[in-house]
Amino acid sequence: MRPTAVPLLLASLLTASALSACGSDSGSDADTLEVSFKQSTDNSIRVMDTYLADIKKQFEKANPGKKVKLVPIKAPDSEYYTKVQQMLRSPKTAPDLVYEDTFLINSDITSGYLKPLDPYLDKWEDWDQFIDTAKSAAKAQDGKTYGVPDGTDTRGLWFDKGIFKKAGLPADWQPTNWDEILEAARTIKEKVPGVIPLNVYTGKPVGEAAAMQGFEMLLYGTATGGNENPLYDPASKKWVTGSQAFRDSLQFVETVFKEKLGPDVSDALDPNIMTRVRGEFLPEGKLGINLDGSWLPQDWQEGSGHEWPEWSEKLGLAYMPTQNGQAPGKVSMSGGWTWSIPSKAANPDLAFDFIKTMQTKANAQKWYIANSGIAVRTDVAEDPAYVKAQPGIKFFTDLVSSTHYRPAYPAYPRVSTAIQEAMEGVTTGDSSVEEAAKGYDEELKTATDNQVIKK
Amino acid sequence: MTAAPPAGPGVVKTAPGPTAPPPPPAPRGRSALRTLSRALPVSPALVLLILFLAGPIAYCAYIAFTDLQLTGQAEDSFVGFENFRTAFQDEAFLNAVWLTLVFTILSSLIGQNTLGLSLAVLMQRASKPVRTLTGGIVITAWVLPEVVAGFLLYAFFRREGTLNAILDWLHLPSQNWLFTLPILAVSFANVWRGTAFSMLVYSAALNEIPKEITEAAEVDGAGGWRRMWHITLPMIRRSIGTNLMLNTLQTLSVFGLIWVMTRGGPGNRSQTLPLFMYEQAFQKSMIGYGTAVALLLLVVGSLFSVVYMRLLRTEV
Repeated sequence: MRPTAVPLLLASLLTASALSACGSDSGSDADTLEVSFKQSTDNSIRVMDTYLADIKKQFEKANPGKKVKLVPIKAPDSEYYTKVQQMLRSPKTAPDLVYEDTFLINSDITSGYLKPLDPYLDKWEDWDQFIDTAKSAAKAQDGKTYGVPDGTDTRGLWFDKGIFKKAGLPADWQPTNWDEILEAARTIKEKVPGVIPLNVYTGKPVGEAAAMQGFEMLLYGTATGGNENPLYDPASKKWVTGSQAFRDSLQFVETVFKEKLGPDVSDALDPNIMTRVRGEFLPEGKLGINLDGSWLPQDWQEGSGHEWPEWSEKLGLAYMPTQNGQAPGKVSMSGGWTWSIPSKAANPDLAFDFIKTMQTKANAQKWYIANSGIAVRTDVAEDPAYVKAQPGIKFFTDLVSSTHYRPAYPAYPRVSTAIQEAMEGVTTGDSSVEEAAKGYDEELKTATDNQVIKK
Repeated sequence: MTAAPPAGPGVVKTAPGPTAPPPPPAPRGRSALRTLSRALPVSPALVLLILFLAGPIAYCAYIAFTDLQLTGQAEDSFVGFENFRTAFQDEAFLNAVWLTLVFTILSSLIGQNTLGLSLAVLMQRASKPVRTLTGGIVITAWVLPEVVAGFLLYAFFRREGTLNAILDWLHLPSQNWLFTLPILAVSFANVWRGTAFSMLVYSAALNEIPKEITEAAEVDGAGGWRRMWHITLPMIRRSIGTNLMLNTLQTLSVFGLIWVMTRGGPGNRSQTLPLFMYEQAFQKSMIGYGTAVALLLLVVGSLFSVVYMRLLRTEV
């Protein structure tokens, strides 16, 4: 053997072992359950971490020899989805349990990322406790169910009673149409300088929250489209373009930012604005009216880092009115998250056992309260301890009767992005309402493969 | 970005060298064996390159011709040049190309390059302590990780940031820089970050100029500007070429800096091609289209390279 051959041999051996190491590393250990979840981008908020740590303890105790590995994914919403999808593509990175937003779940189901849970659900008696809308939240077009919802949510207006008092507005404020919201914001702008009068989430950096908390809360309350399906026409199975309802909603967003009733545009387009609203603007009394979800108090509970138990005295709640006050008078949107098992999961059976542990009545109730969620289990919803656990629960639970669900079909995530783009255009003033609406119509055609209908 | 580029003219050397004399004829079998045994030591490197460099690039080129999506799609299919056609009809893409050119010309050609050369020339004449201090500061900006530099400049430019604080103190009107002039703000950031590299390249090149030539020119009565124009610049021509090329290619692919500062916004006003590509591929889940844009970015890069190489060749 020539002297050069030795290092050569070594090098090829090293290469070979490095390559094979790439291949064998995976989470396929039969005793370890990998549970991935979404971690807040605010370091002091650890609601889910705490809850899952508790479940992990219970689960490991009940299943000796099994280990749970929590895999936090810390990212703003829009990046979280991308990260999860990338993980789900390969058996080497797919966790055993994944936290899926219902707005995206159909899209991910179409991609074949998730496993149907029907065989498990059939044998699980607690499933009957779930209300029907919750059961259908993760039901795909193929009729199979792909996720167990851990609660739902509704949306409404949060307002700062202190600011309202200074502005001479009532403490039991309840607008009956859009103009009254804008009027209140104008009054705040005039009489209480230095605060943000009204926050409506907008633009691509905010992601789906802009489309849902912001835009759809308007769109589903418009006079011309509110009672029907302003985004998607189920009869023709096509997406709606060119609607007056869409323009009216954009008009509202434009007014908010043109008249400087909203946050400064650079703040509004900051991807972390949701965290700032909850952790900074509202607790510090810097925001008058906030169009947002029912889950806000989860950040203000004990042990959360932004403890603010007085919020229920400082903040008032009002439902979101329809455009001109037309029937039914109020609007809400509902979504929620589910626990799903990736189709490439290594330990699906164990994963479902973990779901069961999370969804015992006691654990589910604990989660709804910690998360400020709306119960989707009848046994919890009827429990007086749950209703009384937190101010606001009753208000938001009552909204369930007038709530809407997104047309969460596979194309929806891209439709949502198109909505966010249109909003961003009128927010920055780069495009007029008409231009933004036209841009949306164009974008919709590409997003939905031309499955559009003009209304 | 991390690896220091080879200084000197090697990179852009285009003139073909004298052809090597043909090797003496050897018995066939032995020569083949010899070639093989000579190729053996490089083969692990070759295998690694093929696996980790050529492989992904080829895969990327393939994906660019499919309609692969990250979500919402059961099967992806081959679509030919569809993605490229879409790109050229997409206003957002054309906007991104335009912004990329503005960003590159502003920050790389004008900013980093000129400023780097000026600093290098000035430092040649400066006293040692000044030289050490300036060099240290400029290089710090370069050594900082991209994300850190991005945050620093975000803090500098933002509405409540340092720049506006200074302007306020001077009683000048403040501006929301990241909002009103985002492309200028990110260009400045790139200049701030990349000038050190040009400075280093030019310092090295300037040190290579023989003193006698400069002195001879001085004796002949050439002033500072004339010496610069007729002696210095022609003599460091190759370094200018190398530096321009490296700067441009690096600037074309800047992502982290802009992402941290503006995310390509507001609107699409600072969305250069890398950010556009990221948005299409990962936020809109259109991996196929995003990859096609990546290939187009590669084309833009090679166009710049070809132009530089041409320029150098005609001057030789």
